[in-house]
Amino acid sequence: MIQSLTNILTAEPFRLVFALVAIMAFVGLNAAYLVWVERKGAARFQRRPGPNEVGPAGLLQPIADAVKLLSKQLIVPAGVDRTLFRLAPLAVMAPALAGLAVIPFGETLAARNINLGLLMIFAFGSINVMALMVGGWSSRNKYAIISAARVVSQNVAYEIPMLLVVITMIMVTGTMNLSEIVTQQAGGFWHWNLFKVWVNPLMPVTFLIFFICMLAETNRAPFDMAEAESELVAGAYTEYSGMGFGVFFMAEYANILLGCSLATVLFLGGWQSPIGILPGVFWFLVKMYFLVFTVVWIRWTFPRTQFYGLLNLSWKILIPVSLVTLVLSSAMMKLL
Amino acid sequence: MKKAFVEIYYGLKSLFVGMAVTLRHFFKPIVTVQYPHETLKIPARFRGHIELTSDPATGKAKCFVCKLCEKACPSDCITVEGIKPEGAKRKTVTTYRLDFTKCSLCGSCVEACRDNAIQFSREYNLAGTRKEDFIMDLFKRLEAQRIEADRLDASRAPSKPEPTAPAPATVAAVEPAKPEAPRAQTLSLEAK
Repeated sequence: MIQSLTNILTAEPFRLVFALVAIMAFVGLNAAYLVWVERKGAARFQRRPGPNEVGPAGLLQPIADAVKLLSKQLIVPAGVDRTLFRLAPLAVMAPALAGLAVIPFGETLAARNINLGLLMIFAFGSINVMALMVGGWSSRNKYAIISAARVVSQNVAYEIPMLLVVITMIMVTGTMNLSEIVTQQAGGFWHWNLFKVWVNPLMPVTFLIFFICMLAETNRAPFDMAEAESELVAGAYTEYSGMGFGVFFMAEYANILLGCSLATVLFLGGWQSPIGILPGVFWFLVKMYFLVFTVVWIRWTFPRTQFYGLLNLSWKILIPVSLVTLVLSSAMMKLL
Repeated sequence: MKKAFVEIYYGLKSLFVGMAVTLRHFFKPIVTVQYPHETLKIPARFRGHIELTSDPATGKAKCFVCKLCEKACPSDCITVEGIKPEGAKRKTVTTYRLDFTKCSLCGSCVEACRDNAIQFSREYNLAGTRKEDFIMDLFKRLEAQRIEADRLDASRAPSKPEPTAPAPATVAAVEPAKPEAPRAQTLSLEAK
């Protein structure tokens, strides 16, 4: 009886629904509470207490924010492309949800363990750019259009070094299966890809490039050209109100989550313990949330770059350096 | 070529230095004052709206309606009315209307006063939703303060009032003013 029940519950349709619900809950809760983390972090960096009125230590603040956003009217301005305008927030959210399906949180904890997981994340990730562009373009607002143009050139510029780095990683690991990549990094932190300097002496630089590109791809400060509130009102989000804006906001955090998870898997050994104790999802979350904290930390340390500075960084520094790491690691693999 | 690498090196280094600075501040205590829960100490020479002072001997207002403040006021904020009781040498004030919407806190009235009958109050929680909130009768305010002080004396239980509780938007003339720490010093004393 129990056996058959287990069989039914682990059957494919149930597994699918369960994974979907779990990922959506994970993303939703994280998006809500990363806003809290962001605000608390910002406050601490500026030596303020941050949200502290709603609930203990402001912990109910995200719920209050959500209620506020949900109760607001969704205004569709006159003259916008209604379909695209409504579609854009969803299209920003979808790739992050899809990408998390292949992230291995633990040894057996992945919604889907497919062989081309890495490829899938990047394939879906590029929808993000298109969605922001569509959102900016369909808003019929000059600031939104400027922002859309910026987003496209920024994301194209940063996708190149990111993919070059990822190609390096694929060459080093020899697989696109994320679980397999993590398994290869077992046995202490010196086996992490980040510290595999005997494979490629520039490995830490590779991680740095990946992290910088991740910031740029998720439109985070100091590369938040999509929002740029001091010069473009709110960029691509200018005309969005209520939960339309809220979904964009959640998607930003969902994308950060995905980016940090991917960085953890590729460079920091995923669920592997650095010192050989307690392997499992615990270490994955520790590493991932440390990276998320670093993202917040960077946002409240550096001012927004100018746009040409942003493109200079990508085309003049990151792309050449990532090409060098690619060539170097392929040469070393061939010769050693 | 060498210059470019040097630039990249120092640029990257500066990023980490900056992050170290912010991280140090992350662990330091907060410096902001959490206003409704805590307030800063008001300086002795804080200039709130004016208020009437009372004679410590009689407890009545010192003002004898010479109307110098009314004349000194550049914005016509002040209207003083008084009566002369039977047998008294001087007039006593019955109405001291301050239109705080027009007042610019220049202090000419305080300077003009011959008997230190008016001084600056320490009132600063002065938000209101109606213009009428700021047309206040300072004589009624003083009387209310006196009655409140008497009531406290009579009860002999000086329960410590919360000194920092945010006063709601006050009609100062109507609201019984909260008893404060002894504030006997007059402006001339404060000035020293």
